[in-house]
Formats: sequence, C-alpha cells, structure tokens
Amino acid sequence: MITRMISRAAFAALLLLPGAALAQAQKPDDAQIAHIAYTAGALDIAAAKQAMAKASNPDVRAFAQEMARDHQAVNDKALALVKKLNVTPQDNSTSQALSKDAAAHLARLGALSGAAYDRAYVQNEVAFHKTVNGALQDTLIPSARNGELKALLRTGLALFQGHQEHAEHIARTLGQ
Amino acid sequence: MRPGLILACLLGASALPADAQAAHYVVDIADMAFGPAPARLVVGDTIEWKNSDIFRHTATARDGQFDLDLRPGGRAAVTLSKAGAVQVYCRFHPNMTMRLMVVAMGKG
Repeated sequence: MITRMISRAAFAALLLLPGAALAQAQKPDDAQIAHIAYTAGALDIAAAKQAMAKASNPDVRAFAQEMARDHQAVNDKALALVKKLNVTPQDNSTSQALSKDAAAHLARLGALSGAAYDRAYVQNEVAFHKTVNGALQDTLIPSARNGELKALLRTGLALFQGHQEHAEHIARTLGQ
Repeated sequence: MRPGLILACLLGASALPADAQAAHYVVDIADMAFGPAPARLVVGDTIEWKNSDIFRHTATARDGQFDLDLRPGGRAAVTLSKAGAVQVYCRFHPNMTMRLMVVAMGKG
C-alpha cells in the first residue's frame, strides 16, 4: 500500500508539479510522450508475464494474458506510428521514474505467492492503470502535437480505463 | 422495407432463416468502442459483431444470453431469441457497452 502511494505520488510529481527542473517532463514533446506511453505498456507487459508464471487464480491469470496481449497490440501500433512519423522516442525522467518504480514492484511481488500474490498483483494493476490514466488525461494527450499520436493516446486511454475497471472487478471478487 | 433487409441481401440471404422478415445487422467494433446499436430489432433478427480493432474483444450479454469471443479481424453473430432490453459489454474492457432493444415479432 505504501509503495503504491509513493509510486503514484512520484509519477504525479514528475508530470504535474511546477519547477524549472521538471519543466521538460511537465510539457513533454511528442518524442518523449511516445517514450512514456510505450514504457508504461512495456512495464505492464513485464508485470503480466510475472503474473502468468505466478498467479494461481484462473481469473487473475486470464487478466494477465489480456494485459500482455492488449499492451503488446497498442505498443506495436505505437512503434509503427513513430516509424511512419520518423520520430525517435526519447528517454526522459518520467519514463525512468516509471521503470524504476515498476522494477521495485516486480521485486516486491516476486517475493509473494498464492492468494497474497494474486491480490497484490491485481491491486497494483488498479493503481498503475489509474496513475497512467491520470497522466494520459492531464498531460500526455493535451501535450501531444501530432494528430495521429493524439488519437492513439486516446485509444490507449480508453484501453487503460477498461483495464482499470476489469482489475477493480477482479479485486472485488478476490476480497481484501 | 426495413433497412436491415438491404444489408441482409448484400450479405447473402441464403444463409438467413426462412422468415422473410428476419434482418441481419452488422455492428462494427473500432477504437475501443461498439458501433451504434441497430434501431429496430425484432425477435429472429441476427446481429453480427465485426472486430475491426487491434484488441481482442467480446460481445457479452449481461443476462447470459450470449458471449461472443472476437479476435482482431474476427466476426461472430447471434440470433435474437427473445424480446426485451439486452445490455451488452466486453468482458475484457467493461467500459465498452451497448444496449439492444428487441421487440416481439409482429410489433415492428
């Protein structure tokens, strides 16, 4: 719970708080936006792969397969788009913070097993998708300049919102 | 003539039930959304969902009448067997919903 709150706060701070050091992350350009969106998808795929190996509940396993499948599909489309637009995704502090945070979560989840793992994975998925949804809505979509990138991010937002609802539904069935 | 009939002819009427009134509708799925629901559905009509999205979806009736698995590029159909409102959603993405209003035969 505490790490979840820290991760959300860290991501929110990078994207939303004022300050000269954060100016770049605050108003990312298209190359940075593409990198952040792709990174978020890749991190969720890594979490899903861990869940496909560790989860015991069949609904949780199916959810993990869905995450891997959907995020791979949208990332494939994103790669095709940046290639078409001749944009090279640019690493940035937000992508780095997301990656660092996700690595810590993977390690933490890796130490759990059985029903405790299932619950922690699904709770983390709810929190992760909520955080990324906020970033897409408040920062990434409004900042995107290219129309096709903006459209793909909007599809990504609908996808992440769908995943969040699905994860919340599973979390309710698993109980606390 | 109901608009669905024209579509039914285009899609090959031989595959349809013998009832001349039965229509066949296609609902497209794209960009994480169901296309609009056909306006005048009658028991016996067929609805086909066509998944034009890059994601796998389902067209699932909340009351359990049908649960169609739709891979990207895939399509699947159901014949409406009873009158009433049917709430349809995607099991993978529950924020995708649509509502079908089906009336009994002879009321259309």
